[in-house]
Amino acid sequence: MKSNGKLKQRFTFSDPERVEQIFSQYSDKKSATLPLLHLAQSQEGYISNSVIENIADLVDCHSAVVMDCVSFYTMLYTKPQGRHIIQVCQTLSCSLNGADALVDHVTDKYEIKPGETMANDRFTLMKVECLGSCGTAPVVQINKEYHEGLSTQKFDKLLESFE
Amino acid sequence: MNTFKPVLTEYIDQQDCHTLPFYKRVGGYTALDKVLKMNPEDVTQEVKDSNLRGRGGAGFPTGVKWGFIPKDSNKPKYLINNADESEPGTFKDRLLMNKAPHQMLEGMVIAAYAIGCHTSFIYIRGEFYKEYKLLEKVVTEAYENNLLGDNILGSNYSLDVVIHRGAGAYICGEETGLIESLEGKRGWPRIKPPFPAIEGYLKSPTIVNNVETLSCLPHIVNRGAGWFKSIGPEKGPGPRLFCISGCVNNPGVFEEPMGVSLKELIFDRAGGIPDGKQLKAVFPGGSSSAILTANEAIDVMMDFEELVEKKSMLGSAGVIVMDETVNMVQACLNIARFYAHESCGQCTPCREGTAWLVKMLTRLVNGGGKPNDIDMLFEITDNIGGLIDFSKGSFGKTICPFGEAVAWPVRSFVEKFKGEFMEYLPQEKVVA
Repeated sequence: MKSNGKLKQRFTFSDPERVEQIFSQYSDKKSATLPLLHLAQSQEGYISNSVIENIADLVDCHSAVVMDCVSFYTMLYTKPQGRHIIQVCQTLSCSLNGADALVDHVTDKYEIKPGETMANDRFTLMKVECLGSCGTAPVVQINKEYHEGLSTQKFDKLLESFE
Repeated sequence: MNTFKPVLTEYIDQQDCHTLPFYKRVGGYTALDKVLKMNPEDVTQEVKDSNLRGRGGAGFPTGVKWGFIPKDSNKPKYLINNADESEPGTFKDRLLMNKAPHQMLEGMVIAAYAIGCHTSFIYIRGEFYKEYKLLEKVVTEAYENNLLGDNILGSNYSLDVVIHRGAGAYICGEETGLIESLEGKRGWPRIKPPFPAIEGYLKSPTIVNNVETLSCLPHIVNRGAGWFKSIGPEKGPGPRLFCISGCVNNPGVFEEPMGVSLKELIFDRAGGIPDGKQLKAVFPGGSSSAILTANEAIDVMMDFEELVEKKSMLGSAGVIVMDETVNMVQACLNIARFYAHESCGQCTPCREGTAWLVKMLTRLVNGGGKPNDIDMLFEITDNIGGLIDFSKGSFGKTICPFGEAVAWPVRSFVEKFKGEFMEYLPQEKVVA
């Protein structure tokens, strides 16, 4: 398979031991689907068709079944994302405590709207629903980490620390 | 005077409270030791006697749920710890996982023992990565100390615990949606019956309990059902973690007895509303509960029965406070948008109806209101969630209660703040 003149590699897991360990935790193979998707995404950055085919083979089902699962969950990406994913919670408690200003700040400073990635791939901006941190609103998740009780100023400084 | 001493969060301000040595020092795992010498049926009976009701949102009696597990089934039994906390306004389970993870784990082993389960899952929401890493450590530590694995504490009882991460879907907090998700599928809730206790994970008997519910168990075992029942209203007793957020000076999680007054929570525990502003409305039990106006809110007790009488619900005890400056149409749109995003798409009234609500409310706030919009909003909410008749229960138009969870709050916004919605409708021309 060729894309952009580059030979596309078929996806394989770089840590087969971890794959084995995941399977050992479940009495049926299909239950390993989500953990394998998480593992694949942490390796590749997103879920490609090749990932889906590989996991379908591993858990013994049609690739459409795995695709069906992938399409359901907001944390699984079917396209490459920026190096850092900024997820601003927009549900009520965060909204009442200034979440919109945080989104506007990223849009103004880095010229990306929600759903967009910077041309240099530094940031992807997303508006997300309740992150379960309403007591320290507004909350922003950057990659895997929560940043709570942010003012625009604190947020600005924080973003500077991501290359 | 308030003489209540926190039970579940007693030690959360202390350093290392999440560690095994700390937990053991304050009596951790003594309840497990006691339970392993009891008959599983007696453990279930004790929990039944305590009147503990689920802390996830539905408030179903925990011991009764366990009692539905068939005695004569040869199939494996499963316990799933529902750590998929995602109800807007709710952030207590995350606190318990961070600060008292062994208390939760001890509760899991107790519940698993009572129902005869040997493989248990913690289904944790995908975004809680830090908590997931911490729980991995906690579980490993428990295995190393003979608190999990084979022959726990020298008994004949064995239990494995697997941590399973969700991947971003509110509906997976609904127990059958969760089970589908665990089976590697999209989280589409199942038609009930059969209930999970009969046919759950891999068609085997399964109990799904919330983090806070499980965390209560060591205390019930140690101090007895009578003690638990003596805290708050008898029909729904015990300590409860109330989450307060929105327009308050001091948001956070506050442990209080069931039945505490909402006024006390907002104005005492959470420090009242900033800048001397007036209270306007409150979600008492997460965004799926009907909102209360300020007048309704100031004399309500946070108790299952009383909130049902007020045509709302205690739900997940996630209190969201709105002050006088909050635009009710915008707030309603915010909540409708949440549900439209999170609708799993399985049932037509919910999938289509939530999208309609967002479209209509967006049109309203953008100045495009039409004369019959309010009637139309009622019609759509009725079509998603059914006519709300609490005496008969109103479930039925959708497979899971998500339909009601969007219909109730949206309808309550329009009913209770109709005037504000009317302002967005075209004004009748005055004929000179």
